[in-house]
Amino acid sequence: MSSIQPSEKMRTRDVIAAAKKRERFGKLVPHILLVVTSLTVLATLGIVYTLLKETFIFFTHINVSDFVFGTEWAPFSNGSPAFGVLPLLIGTLKIALVALLIAVPVGLACAIFLSEYASPKVKKIIKPIIELLAGIPTIVYGFFALTFVTPFLQTLIPSLKLFNALSAGIVVGIMILPMIVSLSEDALSAVPATFREGAYALGSTRFETAIKVVIPAAVSGIASSIILAASRAVGETMIVSLAAGSTPAFNLDLTGSIQTMTSYIVQVATGDAGYGTTIYYSIYAVGFMLFLFTFLMNRTALYVKTKFREDY
Amino acid sequence: MTLIKDRKEKIGLHVMKNENWKKPVYETNGLNVWYGTSHALKNIDLTINEKEVTAIIGPSGCGKSTYLKTLNRMVETARDVHISGNVTFMGNAILGKAMPVELLRSKVGMVFQKPNPFPKSIYENVAFGPRIHGIRNKVMLDVIVEDSLRKAALWDEVKDRLHKSAYGLSGGQQQRLCIARCLAIDPEVILMDEPTSALDPVSTHKVEELIATIKNDVTIAIVTHNMQQASRISDRTAFFLNGEIVECDRTSTLFSTPEDSRTNDYINGRFG
Repeated sequence: MSSIQPSEKMRTRDVIAAAKKRERFGKLVPHILLVVTSLTVLATLGIVYTLLKETFIFFTHINVSDFVFGTEWAPFSNGSPAFGVLPLLIGTLKIALVALLIAVPVGLACAIFLSEYASPKVKKIIKPIIELLAGIPTIVYGFFALTFVTPFLQTLIPSLKLFNALSAGIVVGIMILPMIVSLSEDALSAVPATFREGAYALGSTRFETAIKVVIPAAVSGIASSIILAASRAVGETMIVSLAAGSTPAFNLDLTGSIQTMTSYIVQVATGDAGYGTTIYYSIYAVGFMLFLFTFLMNRTALYVKTKFREDY
Repeated sequence: MTLIKDRKEKIGLHVMKNENWKKPVYETNGLNVWYGTSHALKNIDLTINEKEVTAIIGPSGCGKSTYLKTLNRMVETARDVHISGNVTFMGNAILGKAMPVELLRSKVGMVFQKPNPFPKSIYENVAFGPRIHGIRNKVMLDVIVEDSLRKAALWDEVKDRLHKSAYGLSGGQQQRLCIARCLAIDPEVILMDEPTSALDPVSTHKVEELIATIKNDVTIAIVTHNMQQASRISDRTAFFLNGEIVECDRTSTLFSTPEDSRTNDYINGRFG
């Protein structure tokens, strides 16, 4: 064994110094990342704080129960403004319901086709096209609803108003479709092939295998995709602002103009309600309600996904 | 009484040993299977007899699994598969459009290498096959489930947890559940593709015991890479090599006095 030469010693020292430098930097990394992460958390907290603060002020103007259970929403009325949120809530639910009625069956059919029937080649072509739908700006969807879907539906339903819940709901349904297709298809494809083999080997057809084995095994993922899509429909703003109108309606009619929680906020925020007025604070209260809604839905989606996952 | 019974059994055994007395369940003539351009099975001629255990042995990649999967046409689920030749099941041609695969598979159960119960309850796993074949009656399903689980020697272990997830069972129990799931469709044949290779020795032993009992009711074709297993449980053994059948004979004959030197080398562990 030869002794280490001076030059080699130098090199060893350099190597150690470089390693130490890397180590110092490595120790710094988690701190930098923590700061960045904290910023995200702070932003979230800041938004919730603002929302809560202004909502609180709103409730010093208007009684909470009048807001939550009131069936009339007429903030701009000169004589007796009313701030009962139910018409906005019902408007939102109409949109979400129509959207889901369109998106769930179609979306699931697409997902089943893609995961159980389509060859990889077909899947490679169709999936990007469906996902392209997700890239279309919602303003374009809004115009599509207003200038294509509504006139088309009017030929079928003559009583349909220019602004109505039906066509806005249908187009919101098209908008959330890729979400359901994509997430459900992921859930179906994640079901191990061995289950399908087991079912085929017992003499099941492809359809029986899909319905009785694959879908039940993927049900948590499918359900959570539907809830997430519903939450997206509830929060959708542009399409409903353009195509559903701005008339709060406390009824179950789909052919007439409605107003959703989101489109009310747009109406006020783009109008000239003065700072500090009840109307100004009302958008925070409505916004808070919307936040609560989507927050609970997202939590439910997560809960469904973990709780009802079949163990395998 | 016992004497008569013993004698009957002895006579029975004697008759069983007579090859010609056996009815063939599967007859394979000139079977070729290609995956794309790779020729996986070459001119296979093989007969599987009723109520016997036929073991298919051979080194990895010799085509033994492919052959087994051809028997219930699961091989067609792979991509780019071409099949030629003739396979009959109980006298009926099964390849091509000759027979709907669902019909064939409703008479032929399959047990896979890794236990693959459905993510459902134990009961639902066993009831799955009868249900898709049209049995809706609850009492009838109960009877089938209990009967199948008893035949699979699993009833006592699971009777108190029938409606719990199958995934709460151990690997060996899961595999016996998969066998029960096959038995529930009252198959003529059960194909087993290395059914114990993912199991511990105790579970393996139980599955082997199970095979020994159910072979009175059902024909079994089993692929195994474990030659001791083949010699323990099978009546006949076919040795596959590079997609061809080298030799097929009674198990005792094949393991004691193989005709082909390659068989001799393989069973003595010189390769594979």
